[in-house]
Amino acid sequence: MNMLATTDLSPDMTTQARRIGPPILQVEHLSREFGGVLAVGDLSFTIAAGDIHSIIGPNGAGKTTLFNLVTGVYKPSGGRVLFDGADVSGMAPYRLAARGMSRTFQNLQIFFNMTALENVMVGRHLHLNTRLLPALFRFPSLVRKDREAKDRAAQLMTDVGLEKYIDADAASMPYGALKRLEIARALASEPKLLLLDEPAAGLNATESREIDEVIKTVAGSGVTIVLVEHDMKMVMGISHRITALNQGRMLAEGTPQEVAANPDVIAAYLGAAP
Amino acid sequence: MNALLHGRLTGLLALGAVIAVLPAFLPNNFYLDIAILAGFNAVVCVGLNLLIGYAGQISLGHAGFFGIGAYASGVLVGTYGWPPVLALLAGAVFVGLLAFLVAKPILRLKGHYLAMATLGIGIIVSIVLRTESGLTGGPDGMMVEPFRIFGFELYGEKVWYWVVGVLLVGVVWLSLNLIDSPMGRALRAVHGSEVAAEVVGVDTARFKVMVFVLSAVFASVAGSLFAHYAGLITPAKADFFKSIELVTMVVFGGMASTFGAVVGAVVLTLLPQALTVFQDYQQIVLGGILMATMVFMPKGLLPTLAALIPARRRA
Repeated sequence: MNMLATTDLSPDMTTQARRIGPPILQVEHLSREFGGVLAVGDLSFTIAAGDIHSIIGPNGAGKTTLFNLVTGVYKPSGGRVLFDGADVSGMAPYRLAARGMSRTFQNLQIFFNMTALENVMVGRHLHLNTRLLPALFRFPSLVRKDREAKDRAAQLMTDVGLEKYIDADAASMPYGALKRLEIARALASEPKLLLLDEPAAGLNATESREIDEVIKTVAGSGVTIVLVEHDMKMVMGISHRITALNQGRMLAEGTPQEVAANPDVIAAYLGAAP
Repeated sequence: MNALLHGRLTGLLALGAVIAVLPAFLPNNFYLDIAILAGFNAVVCVGLNLLIGYAGQISLGHAGFFGIGAYASGVLVGTYGWPPVLALLAGAVFVGLLAFLVAKPILRLKGHYLAMATLGIGIIVSIVLRTESGLTGGPDGMMVEPFRIFGFELYGEKVWYWVVGVLLVGVVWLSLNLIDSPMGRALRAVHGSEVAAEVVGVDTARFKVMVFVLSAVFASVAGSLFAHYAGLITPAKADFFKSIELVTMVVFGGMASTFGAVVGAVVLTLLPQALTVFQDYQQIVLGGILMATMVFMPKGLLPTLAALIPARRRA
């Protein structure tokens, strides 16, 4: 029953000492309440560049709220968020995207009024000419860059294993493929920091493993990953560090082994008295 | 890309061909006049469809922008002796600025609130046009000088038919270009999911404002030219019912379809004329047709018809 302790850890993370990158995301005393209910309270932690850093915790622990605070979807009630050393607390998501932060959503946020490829092409927004006059009159430079964006989007879809859906309408795609489509779209913006909110939720074991591979590949290309996930096998297998939350507060932080062995974490998951 | 380009050119050529051959089938100026009115409505609807169909916002005040364009031309040319082209441009710039100023705060609103705010703008415009009778002639309207450019005077249905035809093809071309561009995708993304658009860098507020301004300017230009064509404008052209009529045309023809907006405008301009055979029951029959269309073709006329042709997709 203890899913944390029985999960095997991948050898490369247990035996090799990793060089720890500079902090890319620092959360300092971050709080957010909704009508007097504390969703996230006085939370502080740091995410090192290059890591796969997982946030775990039971339902209602504040993981998604934390994501929304970091990505500017919610404004914090207190505390601050530093991205690449700059205070970005409460900054609009599109500005954060321009600084190199993107994310996916627990409840899919797909542009169902477009094709799969167009969804990913929207991800290229920051790298394209999005002004009105060149669009209205179809400037050749715009058309050329748009064609490149299309090729790039198709490549990204292939990278995440969606090549057969390139011409599909997003609305016709199965759930598992849409999960990956969100990742491809976020990657198209070329983020430095990518926050994945339960990328494996609702997927079967095979699909989970495929997502797992995608995440590792993305991390291998130098993108820092923050992962919220309930699939403990995945979390324990791919994370460099884990932050465990419970009821909006920090419970434990460390390597997968440290967190898995932490009595508070086990208690929170199993519901035993600490 | 080729298929898309192909689709765009095919559609434009088809539209151009229909416009080119249509006069041969119209027996007299009465029919030509209806075709011209349909063309003006289509120009406004193509712009409005960018806002409603693609960006997923609503405006119940677009007749107000049409009206401002019309009265800008009427007043500046008639009262102040401006060249019509300058008056048209001045009207468009003014409408653009006005739309920009009101869009900033109101596009933060969603759904019913946005509908209410745009409705308010339309009503204010219409009230101003009615009450500023010294300038606008009040509820009776005002006469408008003919359109003169380079010493030519645009006069008569035969000339205006081609003016409106070329304008419509041009506006459809611009619209198709916009939709198939990064900005067009950003607009559709705003419709699909604002938060998802934001996290890949789309400044959703900016694009909502831009498309609102653009569609308002389309309406203003159509209004200016209409004023010169009709020679008489009344505040009724700018009122609430006209705004509703324009939205109905877009929804009826098919949202998020540029050619759908054209078809919607044309059909709903012709339909009341055709229904005059029902005399007193004309409005009831029109209402019945609209309701039936929305019940049985919720996606609108053109997308529903296009879906009947398999393996062919519209741009």
